[in-house]
Amino acid sequence: MYLDHAATTPTRPEVVAAMEPFASDVFGNSSGIHGVSRRAKNALEEARERAAVVIGARPIEIVFTSGGTESDNLALKGAAFNSSPRRGVVTAATEHEAVLETADFLKRIGMPVTIVGVDAEGRVSPEEMAAAVTGETAVVSVMLVNNETGTVQPVIEIARAVKEADPDALVHTDAVQAFNSIDVDVEELGVDMLSLSGHKFGGPKGCGLLFVREGTTLEPVQHGGGQELGRRSGTHDVAGAVGLVAAMELAAADRERFRLEIGAIRDEFTRLLREGVEDAAPNTPPEGRSPHHLNIRFPGVSGQILLMRLDQAGVAASAGSACQSGAATVSHVLEAMGLGPDEARECVRFTFGWTSTGDEAEVAAKTVVELAGELR
Amino acid sequence: MKALVAMSGGVDSSVAAALMKERGHEVIGVTLKLWSGPGGEAPTAGCCTVSDAEDARRVAAQLDIPYYVLDYTGDFGGGVVDRFVADYAAGRTPNPCIECNRTVKFDALLSNLDDFDCEVLATGHHARIEVRERGPVLLRGVDPDKDQSYVLSMLGRDQLARLRFPIGELTKTQVRAVAAELGLRTATKAESMDICFVGRRDYRSFLHERAPHAFAPGAVVDTEGRRLGDHQGVAGFTIGQRRGLRMALGEPRYVVDIDPGTATVVVGTRDRLAVSELELSAVSWVGEPVSGAVTAQYRAHGEPVGATLEGSTLVFETPQEAVAPGQTVSFYRGDEVVGGALIAATAA
Repeated sequence: MYLDHAATTPTRPEVVAAMEPFASDVFGNSSGIHGVSRRAKNALEEARERAAVVIGARPIEIVFTSGGTESDNLALKGAAFNSSPRRGVVTAATEHEAVLETADFLKRIGMPVTIVGVDAEGRVSPEEMAAAVTGETAVVSVMLVNNETGTVQPVIEIARAVKEADPDALVHTDAVQAFNSIDVDVEELGVDMLSLSGHKFGGPKGCGLLFVREGTTLEPVQHGGGQELGRRSGTHDVAGAVGLVAAMELAAADRERFRLEIGAIRDEFTRLLREGVEDAAPNTPPEGRSPHHLNIRFPGVSGQILLMRLDQAGVAASAGSACQSGAATVSHVLEAMGLGPDEARECVRFTFGWTSTGDEAEVAAKTVVELAGELR
Repeated sequence: MKALVAMSGGVDSSVAAALMKERGHEVIGVTLKLWSGPGGEAPTAGCCTVSDAEDARRVAAQLDIPYYVLDYTGDFGGGVVDRFVADYAAGRTPNPCIECNRTVKFDALLSNLDDFDCEVLATGHHARIEVRERGPVLLRGVDPDKDQSYVLSMLGRDQLARLRFPIGELTKTQVRAVAAELGLRTATKAESMDICFVGRRDYRSFLHERAPHAFAPGAVVDTEGRRLGDHQGVAGFTIGQRRGLRMALGEPRYVVDIDPGTATVVVGTRDRLAVSELELSAVSWVGEPVSGAVTAQYRAHGEPVGATLEGSTLVFETPQEAVAPGQTVSFYRGDEVVGGALIAATAA
């Protein structure tokens, strides 16, 4: 029983089929002058056009990357190092490490960084974000859906408030966890940059994109042969771009079902846990949340031991945050929401995805209730 | 039987896991993450580094057993590191690895075995447990050079009943041979020597960062109280230390006493290092309390010496040199560990 779809979700079979030719016959380097290259280049540019359509952007605004982390790095460093004298970053305490660690790096080399706190549901206020913007701010970065809790941030309002406060400050959003369920449209969101990662919605790992609004200049993080209009050098992963776009189209077409069916599965799963474990306390807010996350605390239960027992019982879940060794760490997201370290260690994250079924969730819920009861 | 195996990523615990599996147990491997740097990174030296966890993970995969890394950094920071710093600041010479065994490893894993749904905990220590009529007893490992019973003397019978030391019957050479035979990647791995949270640097620089107050300058005096020079803090000294005194005194001089209250370091000739009696604290017994004649070991690979236990006092048959308060002393009868204690104070 796989309840860790926010970590990664199965690749959709249509995606694998779409990628297949580019892993074998169409091997060309998209930057060459000959026919072999042209075939690859055509496929890449077609993928770019289709990706643009899905998120309401123009093809020239799509930069293919290796995934969410690279996209976030390029958005923040690219804005901080570009020709504008603005060097600062404003972001929220619950962002993904790809944003927070990048901001921390920029801070260490002397750039002004402001981390804005969140409320008990993990939400930032657009006013506070806008108030943190100064004449030094190069970019404001707030994720659309939090990876640990599923809390939806008011990105539209944040972008509007920031632009009102200072039209020259760029707005970036990490939409990696949002794409499954939210109709991501860059015009509607009003952002200058947006990160996506293919493997979170049925695409291949190692492929993502950064939407960069036309007119936005970024210093590349990766310098070299000048691919992606100089914004991201390196030989293109054509198969990856094709797979990414196939997954984007499939996930976008599946959104309504995802919101209804997967949301209902998550809600029923939550109900079963709360019924079975009286004091179980969801950290995922009741409103303004994704349909597929449930972060929940079982008071008196060690989250890491519960996860281990769940694995033994065939249920794959996660702590939401883990270090490179695989050990669960105290979540900075939950801490920012006001939980103490001991409380944060009692939390577990269950996330559902496009392959989840109600039956699977019901059996998993029974297992969780049983083990949480035993471990108290 | 379902067994939890504590895997450090070294050859001993790798073979312990392999032997438990070979004996037909259902085995789960765990590595404890005990310490991390300011950025949350794992240590780079000692027994629990990132690459060690990676080795443990690979060995577990090879043995086809589930494997987990568990975070106990909170317990370790408070129970072991803070204590290590406090001990040095108080002029004692702590043994953090024993403290870690006592307060974290065995406590976290053994007292929670039910939660792990396991009946026994196995580790890669060189020691043996034998079940006798009076209950399980703790014995030295068969390899005299590698015997680790000294660091286990705080264990009690109840704990031994749920512990297994599968490699205690083997010499280190045999352990490596088993690992090689099974093709385990850790077969020829070198042993860890460093303190994991200090790393490969001098422990004094670690102490300097964590406890700057323990580096108040003070006087170095001789046993007559004559001032011989200055020092940069008592935490830099250990009883018996000869190096680093930085003074020419003709006959070799050793640190013979440390008074953290007045930040005084006393140096003397070798004969002043002699200790004939120990004041003990945190005395624990494997089984029934013992008094009278025992053999005592006060260093990890020190020779056991004859002694007499009277309450919380241990009297050596012949005076011993360089016995540092803060260290552990273990009591034996023959090959059997009967108990252990911390050295609270020494007397000539």
